[in-house]
Amino acid sequence: MAIELVFEKKPKWVLSLNDSRLMVKRSATHIIRNTDQLLGAFFQPIMFLVLFSTVFGGAISKSLPPGISYLNFLMAGIIVQTVAFGSTTTAVSVCSDLQKGIVDRFRSLPMANLAVLNGHVVSDLFRNVISTLVMLITGLIIGFRSHASPLHWLYITGILMLFTLAFSWLAAIVGVFAKTVEAVQWLTFVLIFPLTFASSAFVPASSFPRYLKAFAINQPITQVVEAVRALILGLPVGNHVWLAIVWSLGLLAIAMPLASWLFRRKTSQ
Amino acid sequence: MPKNDYVIEAKNLTKSYGSTEVLRGINLQIERGTMLALLGPNGAGKTTTVRILSTLLSFDGGEASVEGYDVVKHADKVRSVIGLTGQSAAVDELLTGRENLVMMGQLYRLTPQSSKARAQELLEEFDLVKAADRTAKTYSGGMRRRLDLAVSLIATPPVIFLDEPTTGLDPRSRLSMWAIIKKLMEKGTTILLTTQYLDEADQLADKIVVIDDGIVIAEGTSTELKSKVGNDRLELTFPNAGSMQKALGVLGKKVIDSSDKDSSATVVIKDPNVDVREVLDLLAAKKITVDSMAIHKPTLDDVFLSLTGKQKSKDKKEKA
Repeated sequence: MAIELVFEKKPKWVLSLNDSRLMVKRSATHIIRNTDQLLGAFFQPIMFLVLFSTVFGGAISKSLPPGISYLNFLMAGIIVQTVAFGSTTTAVSVCSDLQKGIVDRFRSLPMANLAVLNGHVVSDLFRNVISTLVMLITGLIIGFRSHASPLHWLYITGILMLFTLAFSWLAAIVGVFAKTVEAVQWLTFVLIFPLTFASSAFVPASSFPRYLKAFAINQPITQVVEAVRALILGLPVGNHVWLAIVWSLGLLAIAMPLASWLFRRKTSQ
Repeated sequence: MPKNDYVIEAKNLTKSYGSTEVLRGINLQIERGTMLALLGPNGAGKTTTVRILSTLLSFDGGEASVEGYDVVKHADKVRSVIGLTGQSAAVDELLTGRENLVMMGQLYRLTPQSSKARAQELLEEFDLVKAADRTAKTYSGGMRRRLDLAVSLIATPPVIFLDEPTTGLDPRSRLSMWAIIKKLMEKGTTILLTTQYLDEADQLADKIVVIDDGIVIAEGTSTELKSKVGNDRLELTFPNAGSMQKALGVLGKKVIDSSDKDSSATVVIKDPNVDVREVLDLLAAKKITVDSMAIHKPTLDDVFLSLTGKQKSKDKKEKA
């Protein structure tokens, strides 16, 4: 008959950390079981990469510096764009958790409440790593070549992860705010689409009209794209690397506490 | 551990959303090892009360404690002694039944080993072994409710909130849910149940609190509530609404309830030998025919109707 139940006797911070680990495992299981979303994470980057490089390649390559193919130029941009759009998943997951009442279940448990957000953000990072690897492999197959050293790849990985975390936490804010998953989808689209297109992700910003150029060269996505691009192509990185890091850290420093505060407020009315 | 006489206690709880008063001073006291049923229609404030007592919702006035812990100041302590199930909580649809149980167990601070062993025990107890490794998304309504309840029992908390545990279930699943709840009561769990079904409260609860519009309008055991309404009822069905209206005129104050749709009227009778004959004589004198009639004992439905009916007429008086 009845089993003797043994409770954890570890310090509170260890248990809180363990709550986040359990939530990451949960969100990661969601990603694997949600086949539609998984296929999207797999095929969408391939589609973007192949379409952009073949459709725009011919026209744009003329305005690129000599010796750089459009595919090599595009790679950084398409990775950053995919990661930025990938953050939508965090927003959708947060929103649907809030709607379905599972958050109430978690809140009735003696667990760290913010673990739910941590779970979505961290598992989103895993998914983005997979998407990025898929893009790199596809790129290599269709002719992408990099001059980056292993150390450069380490920098690239670091910059992209930091950027992904920042965007996922921003997306978490949208997820807490929006009332429906549909609202999340159009809201994130309206926020992210202009940011990625009014940047140097797909074409050099030097070709933009003056006012747009002023915006494009000073916004975070351009900094991250330029930093990753310079590292990939073995070009001088200028200020881009540290600006990309400062931007990501700055956004993270604002978005993380704000999302947490909003989440707490929304769930305890 | 601080203890007082009542495991769950609410004193004069109030809660408003803007100018809408949802709770207007709710008082509840639940003794150890007993079940209290909070009975009321949709929007009466049942779920709001449960959400406050289970630390999910803030409130404007009053006090609430569970196992002697204040639900605001010691929310964490409260959370480690309660289990919540029903419309206020949910299970994860993309996880399997077993994964849900093990995860929630660990979030209750059980060790992974304890959590797994207890999950297996609950799966067996709740007849979910075959479905244990399927995602909860594929479960039927009844299975999902059972899993939901199992999840809230994973750490065998001494206090359970059952928020409308059988709403929307088919009769068979409902009966199996009742059987499970009765077993829980035998184990000495203190339970707060909310329901809009009178027979559910009647079947399960030690004490019933009837609420409407955010205040308690009656409380007591099922027998006490029924005795408030008192005597047997005679239900008369007429051939049409016209003859029913005529009958209302004849019987006057004897009629406690009537329905145009069913052309029926209910009369309170004190002594079946005398009163039934008297009613039929009155009707016969005016040549009003009756299609059918039935005598029944007062049910909680009657209690509820008469209580909320009184409540509404009092409201009218206040306004007038």
